[in-house]
Amino acid sequence: MRYLPLTEEERQEMLQSLGVDKIEDLFTAIPEEMRLRTDLDLPAPLSEAELIRHFTELANKNNDLKSSVSFLGAGSYDHLVPSVIKHLVGRGEFLTAYTPYQPEITQGVLQSIFEFQTLICQLTGMEAANASMYDGASALAEAALMACAATRRELVVLPSSLHPEWQDVVRLYLENQDVSIAYLPYDENTGIVDPKAFDGISWSEVACVVVQQPNFFGLLENVASFKQIAEESGALLVMAVDPISLSLLKSPGELGADIVVGDGQSLGSAMGFGGPSLGFFATSSTKLIRRMPGRVVGETVDSEGTRGFVLTLQTREQHIRREKATSNICSNQALNALIAAIYLSVMGKEGFRDVGYQSLQKANYMKGRLLEIDGLSSPFSAPSFREFVIQGAVDWDEVNMRLAEHGFVGGLPLARFGLPEMVLFSVTEARTKEEIDSFVNLLRGLIS
Amino acid sequence: MSEQLRFTKEHEWLLVKGNIIRVGISDYAQNELGDIVFVDLPSVGDRVEEGEGIAALESVKAVSDVYSPVAGEVVAVNEALEDSPELVNESPLDEGWIVEIEVEGVAQTGDLMTKEEYEAFLKGV
Repeated sequence: MRYLPLTEEERQEMLQSLGVDKIEDLFTAIPEEMRLRTDLDLPAPLSEAELIRHFTELANKNNDLKSSVSFLGAGSYDHLVPSVIKHLVGRGEFLTAYTPYQPEITQGVLQSIFEFQTLICQLTGMEAANASMYDGASALAEAALMACAATRRELVVLPSSLHPEWQDVVRLYLENQDVSIAYLPYDENTGIVDPKAFDGISWSEVACVVVQQPNFFGLLENVASFKQIAEESGALLVMAVDPISLSLLKSPGELGADIVVGDGQSLGSAMGFGGPSLGFFATSSTKLIRRMPGRVVGETVDSEGTRGFVLTLQTREQHIRREKATSNICSNQALNALIAAIYLSVMGKEGFRDVGYQSLQKANYMKGRLLEIDGLSSPFSAPSFREFVIQGAVDWDEVNMRLAEHGFVGGLPLARFGLPEMVLFSVTEARTKEEIDSFVNLLRGLIS
Repeated sequence: MSEQLRFTKEHEWLLVKGNIIRVGISDYAQNELGDIVFVDLPSVGDRVEEGEGIAALESVKAVSDVYSPVAGEVVAVNEALEDSPELVNESPLDEGWIVEIEVEGVAQTGDLMTKEEYEAFLKGV
């Protein structure tokens, strides 16, 4: 885009056509006494060299993962990102493109989205996936709305073991619709939900029951019990999944999920202060596809029989269906979806499985090491994947400050979610045994 | 009981059998819409108001609502359309019916057109 400054002549022309003499005449609606008569209190302008120095100084105050070792997760994960991703997504054809408004002339973008959808279907065991959503939390909120439309019911059941911030997003999306939310408490000993242990829900009115796998605490839920209660009550089963965990766990398709959503950051996107990320969204049957939000790319043939791609099923979308559209999303996270597609292709079946396996092994190794420290315990008994909760009468915020001085990013203290003494650690395949051992030894010193 | 076939200006047809009214779209309407690829049907038991959308017909690049010509309760939907939406094109007045609505009291058909009146109406469209 070119920058075209305004000339004095053009300014006069515009004022003339408005019928005023000077810019101030445009502000006559603002009372005299309300107008600022002094200059704004801003520092003096800087030269380019000074500006670069200034921002470099500011940037150096940030902590980043090049200079520290992180055990923080809770929704955004420090998995290794193959260098080829940065190279490929940096290409102008991808980097500068916005969601295609005249899509069929940009066959390359459509094909990349089609490949992404295909990989998400393979990963989740679903029939169809869309072109991606903003993030995992909003994808889950859309799944809840889709379930309400598909079942014509107005009650959504969330597990309290769902990420609390995802719960907030779902609540925000639903609060001005005619939809209510009921919560399934998690068991304080296991840390997971037994949907049948709680009888405060009128299941015959439930549109969908949601399960997060692994849950916020990193624990593995018993999805079969959710499936059973969903089936018995005619509700849909919505699974919010961590894509890396699907390298080892049964696919949601095998478990009978009707809608699968998740956050795709861990598939090659940078943590980047929490974004940009992408959500993925997939569903199990051709009947439900009609209720799916978002853009969908389909494969077809042109008039000469050559393979090509189109945006398909657009009649669900708001530019055609107006107020009856399945959702108001009319975009996607194309660049992050491309990153995820490249990540999955580059890792391949075995590499991807390795990421999951190493994350699982290293996380459980570290959990075991931490539990050797006096005063620390494991509050929950269910098996964990890449994250786990540790409990101890420790000022975890203070500990994290001390850890940072040694180049470590500690876990997430759960006090702000009403769980004092608890802290959530995340360990990916990117951590080495040495890093884990150093961290554990340092922590032991800090708290004893 | 005699059956009465009537048409609306929105190109729907009604087959009145006492207080049960079967609704579909006319041959003219299916021709204008083109190939129907999906029919979004209501559920049996839904209550509908006159003029309210009761179903949606999706062709390749557009969606058209089918408006209920009467107020009442949906008592049947043509489930064959779920797998074979093309029946609306192939047999709009028979196998391509969409819903049956039960009205309270006797259906009022005074404002509706007979087949002959509808054909005359189409000439002016």
